[in-house]
Amino acid sequence: MADPFLSIQHVRKSFANATVVQDFNLDVGAGEFVSFLGPSGCGKTTVLRMVAGFEEPTSGAIMIGGKDVTRLKPNQRNIGMVFQAYALFPNLTVAQNIAFGLRVAKVPKADADRRVAEMLKLISLPNLGDRFPYQLSGGQQQRVALARAIAPKPKVLLLDEPLSALDAKVRVSLREEIRQIQKDLGITTVFVTHDQEEALSISDRIVVMYGGRAEQVGTPFEIYNRPQTRFVASFVGTLNILKAKVLNGATGTIAIDGQQVTASGMKNDATNGAERSVALRPEAVSLNGIGGQRNKLDGTIEEVNFLGSVVRIRVRFQENSVSLDTFNNPNAPPPKHGEKVTVSFAPEDLLVLEGEAPN
Amino acid sequence: MKSGRFWAWVVFAVGAAYFFVPLIATLEFSMRMRRGVYSFDAYKVVLGDIHFQQSFGFSVIAAIFTIIVGVLIVVPAAYWIRLRLPGLRPIVEFITLLPLVIPAIVIVFGYIRMYGSNSPLPFLASASGTNVLLVFGYATLALPYMYRAVDTGLRTIDVRTLTEAAQILGAGWVTIIARVILPNVLIAVLSGAFLTFAIVIGEFTMASLLNRPAFGPYLQNMGANRAYEPAALAIIAFAITWGCMSLIQILSRFAPKSTAR
Repeated sequence: MADPFLSIQHVRKSFANATVVQDFNLDVGAGEFVSFLGPSGCGKTTVLRMVAGFEEPTSGAIMIGGKDVTRLKPNQRNIGMVFQAYALFPNLTVAQNIAFGLRVAKVPKADADRRVAEMLKLISLPNLGDRFPYQLSGGQQQRVALARAIAPKPKVLLLDEPLSALDAKVRVSLREEIRQIQKDLGITTVFVTHDQEEALSISDRIVVMYGGRAEQVGTPFEIYNRPQTRFVASFVGTLNILKAKVLNGATGTIAIDGQQVTASGMKNDATNGAERSVALRPEAVSLNGIGGQRNKLDGTIEEVNFLGSVVRIRVRFQENSVSLDTFNNPNAPPPKHGEKVTVSFAPEDLLVLEGEAPN
Repeated sequence: MKSGRFWAWVVFAVGAAYFFVPLIATLEFSMRMRRGVYSFDAYKVVLGDIHFQQSFGFSVIAAIFTIIVGVLIVVPAAYWIRLRLPGLRPIVEFITLLPLVIPAIVIVFGYIRMYGSNSPLPFLASASGTNVLLVFGYATLALPYMYRAVDTGLRTIDVRTLTEAAQILGAGWVTIIARVILPNVLIAVLSGAFLTFAIVIGEFTMASLLNRPAFGPYLQNMGANRAYEPAALAIIAFAITWGCMSLIQILSRFAPKSTAR
């Protein structure tokens, strides 16, 4: 990356005896859309609030556009923020809400009015400027909150779970709208969410957080297909995690419940005989060797759930088992419980997770 | 079910009678100044009395200043406690309740000892100093009502998020309180203000012991020396209090509505 626009350097945050963010580092390029993804309590909102200036880091630095803003107050940072609870001012109309930041910045009235009209058009609510927030739906309110945040032309836009209070349909359309507006304006954006689908669909890069640390930073493709830790693998998407024994680290040969398979992602430093966790996406596994893939494992059908268009099947080997989904075929009934089957998958789909396998 | 409703009405009727019968009797008595017919003579006498006008005017001005002092102290304090010091809330609530427990006479004797003409802060040495002290005394008496009204208003809005939303848009504390917090709790503040007004108009102990020409001592003086006029004054005082309560009810309809979720 060229010079980062937003740089979070060795940031740590402690409250009383608890450290909620530990040595967090991240560089965000100008115009980039980065999502913080993680479960509740992982520290993602705390990092966002430190960037906003609502929390002061215990140690570390935050730079925006090359300037150290770590000790600046929120109203001195020129940052826009959208909150989960909308946070529109109930006493002001939509237009007055959008104009709030402009009025505070003492922008001349004519310019402010022009900017408000521009923002209302941008969020596709050009005729609702005179309405009060309580007269709008949740989705409309959040669009107004977005317009209010970007009206003063902030350097960075922060989105703190802005879609979680909305229903599923609005969520999908609004996230696409947010992404489009962000691309059009080219504004550097940090988005906090616990919804992996949201993060995967709109981000340039995702920071998966756990226990106050960044577990993995990467593009949605990398995060989904090449998770580096057990947590990322289990948190993003559905994964089968299996315990394996390294037979030959150099060739990537491992054994799962005594059956030999190859993992092309195996690093050379893996010691022969070591226990490792490996992961398989359900969509990468086929039943009875369909597709001519090289890795094959023999097992027994343990569970069959008929879900209509999809049949979810669990195959047990010995200690390990995998779940896989197959499309329903009216001409071929699903396998029966206890039936002997072979599952197959490509060596590159077998993800080798970092660290020793837990006992 | 029907029997329960019957007894509920009986209790309500007894309660209403307990409240209204003396009031109606007072009203009826106040209109009997002219022999043989009902008239508003007592009201004319009272309203035409220069002492009534002066004492009522004094109390109205004292009430306005009390409201200003109360708002300036209570709104920022209640806001800050909700925003940054929520752990202090039970303590502050206890302190604001003290004026209901400690009699006004105790407070006023404390003032006389602390601020007498020989003290380092001789507020009582001059009439204007005593008026200032009276206003602060009234603000103390009205504290439980003002604090509760404002705190209830603050409870209806998301103080923290609104504050942060305003901060991130560049606003400082004065702008946040004046343009975001106060407009959203204005109706609650007005409720507190009207309650304060009603308390100040009828207050006797402090004004009397500090020897100020307020409406409370005037009421007492009239009651001791006249027959029909005190009854008329009692009805007027009731009307003022009820007028304040009605205004609170009317204004509450204009409160900014919280956003739909």
